[in-house]
Amino acid sequence: MGVTILHLSLLLALPPLLVGIIARTKAWFAGRKGAPLWQPYLDLWKLLHKGAVYSRTTTWLFRAGPIVSLAAALAAGLLTPLGAASSPLGFSGDVILFAYLLGLGRFFTMAAALDTGSSFEGMGASREAAFASLAEPALFLVLAIVCVPAGTASFAEAWASPWQTWGPAHPALPAAAVALFGVLLAENSRIPVDDPTTHLELTMIHEVMVLDHGGPDLAFVLYGSAVKLFLFASLLVHMVLPVPPAGGALGAGVFVAGAAAVAVLVGIVESVTVRIRLLRVPQFLVGASVIAALGLAVLLYRGTP
Amino acid sequence: MTGYADFLLLAVLALDLYVVYSSRLAACVRASALQGAALALLPVVHYLETPSANLVHVLVMAASALAFKAIFIPRLLMRALRDAGVRRDVEPFVSLHLSVLLAGVLVGISFWLATVLALPAAGTTHLFVPTSFATFLIGFLVLVSRRKAITQVIGYLLIENGAYIFGQSLAAQMPFVVELGLLLDLLVGVFVMGIVIHQINREFDHIDVDQLNLLKG
Repeated sequence: MGVTILHLSLLLALPPLLVGIIARTKAWFAGRKGAPLWQPYLDLWKLLHKGAVYSRTTTWLFRAGPIVSLAAALAAGLLTPLGAASSPLGFSGDVILFAYLLGLGRFFTMAAALDTGSSFEGMGASREAAFASLAEPALFLVLAIVCVPAGTASFAEAWASPWQTWGPAHPALPAAAVALFGVLLAENSRIPVDDPTTHLELTMIHEVMVLDHGGPDLAFVLYGSAVKLFLFASLLVHMVLPVPPAGGALGAGVFVAGAAAVAVLVGIVESVTVRIRLLRVPQFLVGASVIAALGLAVLLYRGTP
Repeated sequence: MTGYADFLLLAVLALDLYVVYSSRLAACVRASALQGAALALLPVVHYLETPSANLVHVLVMAASALAFKAIFIPRLLMRALRDAGVRRDVEPFVSLHLSVLLAGVLVGISFWLATVLALPAAGTTHLFVPTSFATFLIGFLVLVSRRKAITQVIGYLLIENGAYIFGQSLAAQMPFVVELGLLLDLLVGVFVMGIVIHQINREFDHIDVDQLNLLKG
């Protein structure tokens, strides 16, 4: 029971903090003081107290989009352990469900964008669909690298004791981590792929799809994307850091520190790289897939330690 | 066995793919220099893990690889690049997307080859053999898919690096002279190519080798 409460509170409370850390890191790199770390919480609070305006051309799909994608992200969050040995809803095969819950959320975001009938939003939806279909193989290859050594398709078992399963050094591990970081940047519309702060329609991918959402809907969208970022960060933390299998306060502490480090890393990448041209994005994602495939080949060739 | 040599070899593979992926010539040269540095570290790391070869042999090999592959040849290429005034391979014969996919297929083939071939000294736990095949094949790919003379030189470099990695897996058996001979061949090759690039550039104002096909003897 206590484990579940800890899991839920981490899942519900932490995601906006990561967004705040990223913004703060970027501000530090730009020589600014930056907004306080809890600014995303204040933004969400403000948005939740506003009213929403719906265009007359939209249908229920437009209203369902933000809600379903937030719900899907939170449901996916119940499948993966957060600094503990188990997750509330984990079962054998939850890896697949995790990937497709995120896919479901994306589908509803795109459907809501198309529902507005705006040509810009349709453009954004088409880009999102194209890039997501390229990011998915990379994600699945990474998940395969995670799951093959443990011989299971469940996050909790795959991460039961990473250091023992992986041995001190296995070259598949850094390959999977690099590929997963690439997928994280692409799926969460971070800078080498998409700029979350830009409002130039021609280059936007994710932001352009949510232009017509306002008030509580926009809060759901922002919170949902923060949860998604948090989930990818949690995968990366569990893959790289030796989270104590017993979980508890120590596990949660290591996990939160790791997630914060991932956010700082994202902030650094956003500060020191430029957004690549839209035409190069597929190459970036294919590159991530190739690195993950390389890791899988190495894993299968060398055998599990 | 810890297998830190495998980390280096994975980095070598990633750099191979980066060369295939990048259209910027300077980035290709820099990647090949970085690969040279990784290859210079390789014999040392391999020696620390399994001290089978002669230490002096290992150190000389590492030093020569560092001097030639990581510093001297990349400098020559950078200079040729500056003289020729080209920055990117604009339209390779095979598009970059397709080349990355082809390179992935080649890596797969080399991993398969490494499990199928019966090699005397290579342990199956190390990545030496598949990496050397992959580097070799990707070298060929770069050689045939790119248009500029410089990228073709880099293709040769990759092929030589593949041979070098293969030599490392047989470090105890491989005569030192063979290794040095390979390196010398490569150096002469790069020199000749450097001069050729310079000449092509002076004659035609560019280093696009495709145009050479139009020459009549």
